[in-house]
Amino acid sequence: MKQRGILVRDFSHYYGQTRSLNNINLDVYRNEILGIIGPAKSGKSTFLACLNRLNDLIPGSRVEGKILIDEQDIYGPEVDVVALRRKLGMVFATPVPLPLTIYENIVFGVRLLGNNNRKELDLIVQDSLEKAGLWGEVKDRLHTSALKLSGGQQQRLCIARVLALKPQYIMLDEPTSGLDPISTMKIEDSLRALKKDYTIILVTNNTKQAARVADRTAFFLMGELVEIDETPVVFTRPADKRTEAYLLGKFG
Amino acid sequence: MTKLEKNDRLVRLSLLMIALSAISVLAIITVFIFEQGTPIMFRYGLKSFLLGQDWYPSEKSFGLLPMIVGSIMVTFGALIIGVPLGLASAIFLTEFSHRRLTRILKPIIELLAGIPSVVYGFIGLMFLVPFIRDKFGGPGLSVLAASVILGIMILPTIISIAIDSIRAVPDSYREGSIALGATRWQTVRMVILPAARSGIIAGIILGMGRAIGETMAVIMVAGNAADIPGSLLAPVRTLTSNIALEMAYASGEHREALFATGVILFVIIMILNTIANVTAARQRKK
Repeated sequence: MKQRGILVRDFSHYYGQTRSLNNINLDVYRNEILGIIGPAKSGKSTFLACLNRLNDLIPGSRVEGKILIDEQDIYGPEVDVVALRRKLGMVFATPVPLPLTIYENIVFGVRLLGNNNRKELDLIVQDSLEKAGLWGEVKDRLHTSALKLSGGQQQRLCIARVLALKPQYIMLDEPTSGLDPISTMKIEDSLRALKKDYTIILVTNNTKQAARVADRTAFFLMGELVEIDETPVVFTRPADKRTEAYLLGKFG
Repeated sequence: MTKLEKNDRLVRLSLLMIALSAISVLAIITVFIFEQGTPIMFRYGLKSFLLGQDWYPSEKSFGLLPMIVGSIMVTFGALIIGVPLGLASAIFLTEFSHRRLTRILKPIIELLAGIPSVVYGFIGLMFLVPFIRDKFGGPGLSVLAASVILGIMILPTIISIAIDSIRAVPDSYREGSIALGATRWQTVRMVILPAARSGIIAGIILGMGRAIGETMAVIMVAGNAADIPGSLLAPVRTLTSNIALEMAYASGEHREALFATGVILFVIIMILNTIANVTAARQRKK
C-alpha cells in the first residue's frame, strides 16, 4: 500500500458567500504526480491555495472540513503557516522571478531561514538548478537579473527556487500554460525526475499533459471533485459521464 | 476641405496657442531671472557669490554661502524627518492596514498638501518654536524648527508617490515571496521596496524640491540670520527667505544680487526635478 501524504476530508472553501470548493475528499500518495484537470473556475487553483494556506491572503476566505498533511491538521490552531508554505513549494502559472539576480532568487527563501553561509548557498543554488534542469543554461550568469531569462527558463528558475527550500511537496499551478512546446517538454522531464524525491501536485488545463506525466488524475468541475483514479483509467474508462465529455472536448 | 475638418483645425490651433502660452510664461520667467541675475554674478565673480560668507548688501558684499548652506541644512533636516515617517506611512497604508482604513486615511494625508504654508509657519511659531526654546535652549527660531515644519510639509508628496509606486509592484511578487515562506514584513523589505525603489526615490526628490522652494513657513520659524548656523538650534536663512525678506526694499545691485539668488535656486531645483523625472522614467521602463 502506498503511503498517504495528504488527506482531504469533507473540505469546502468559500470566498465570502460564494462556495468555490464543495465537499472534497481525496488522498495524495507520496512520490506520485497527481494531476488535477478541469475547466477554468473549477476550483483547481483554489484547492492548491488551500493546501499551503495562500488563501489566507484573500479577504473573506473561509474553510470547512479538514486537510491533514503528514498527519497534521493544517487549519489547526498551532500550525506554523510559514513552515507549511516551505513544506509545500508552489509554482505559479506565470513565472514570477523576483526582481533580483538568478542566484538571489534561489537563495531568497533560504536566507529567510537565516542561512547566510556562502558555501552552503552556492551548493544549494547548483543543486536546485540542476534538479530543475536549468544549471547548464545559466551557470555562467548566476549574478545577472532573473528577469532577463526566457519564459521557460524563468519557470524552471521558479521550480529551482522552490526546490532550494527542500520541500516535501511541490504544487504547480498550470506551470506551462504560457510556454512553448519545447520549454513545456523540459519542464515535464524535470517533473518526472523530481518524482523520486518529492510528491507533486500538478494542476493543468491541458489534459494531454496530465496524461503524459500524472500517475493519477483528478477531475474537478465547478468546485466538486468528479472523480480521481489512475491516469490510464480516467482517460480510457472514466467512471463519470462529465469526465468523458470534458476529455472529449465537449466543454471546456 | 469640409466644414468639419475646418472646425477640427481651428480647435487644434487654439489649443496649441493655449498650450504655448503656458510654456511661454515659464520661458519668460526663466529669461527674466537669468537676465536680471547673471550680470552681477559675473561682475563680482561666481566664486564670491557661491563661496563668500558675508551678506552685507549695503557694503557691496554679496556672499551667498550662508544661505546655500542654510537651504541644504534645512532640506536635509526635512528629509531626515519626512522620509522615514512618509515611507513608514506608505508601507503601512499599502501592505498592512485594512482597505477601508486606507480609503479614509489617504485623502486626509493628501489634504495636508492643501493647507497654506503660512498656516504651517504659524503653528510652528506658536507651538514648535517655544517648545524648542524651552526644551533645548537657543532662540527657538532655528534649523531644527524649520526642518520639522518642512519635514511635515513634504509628507504628503512622499507618501502619495510612495503609495503609488508600492501599489505598482505586481501582486504576483507578493504571492511568490509569501509562497516561499516569507512573512509580510520580509516580503516588504526584500521584494516590494527594492521593486518600488526608483518611484520612491523620485518621490523623495520631489519632496526635496518642495522643501528647498518653501518660503513662508521657513521665514516664520527659521530666525533668518544671514550666518552659517553653528548648530541645529541656531537661526538660519535659506535662499528663498533671502529673496522674500529683502525684495521689497532692495534696489540697484542689491536687487540684482537677489535675482542671482533666484538663479542659484532655479538651477538647484532644475537639477532635482531632472533627477526625479529620470528615475521615475527608469521605473516605468521596467
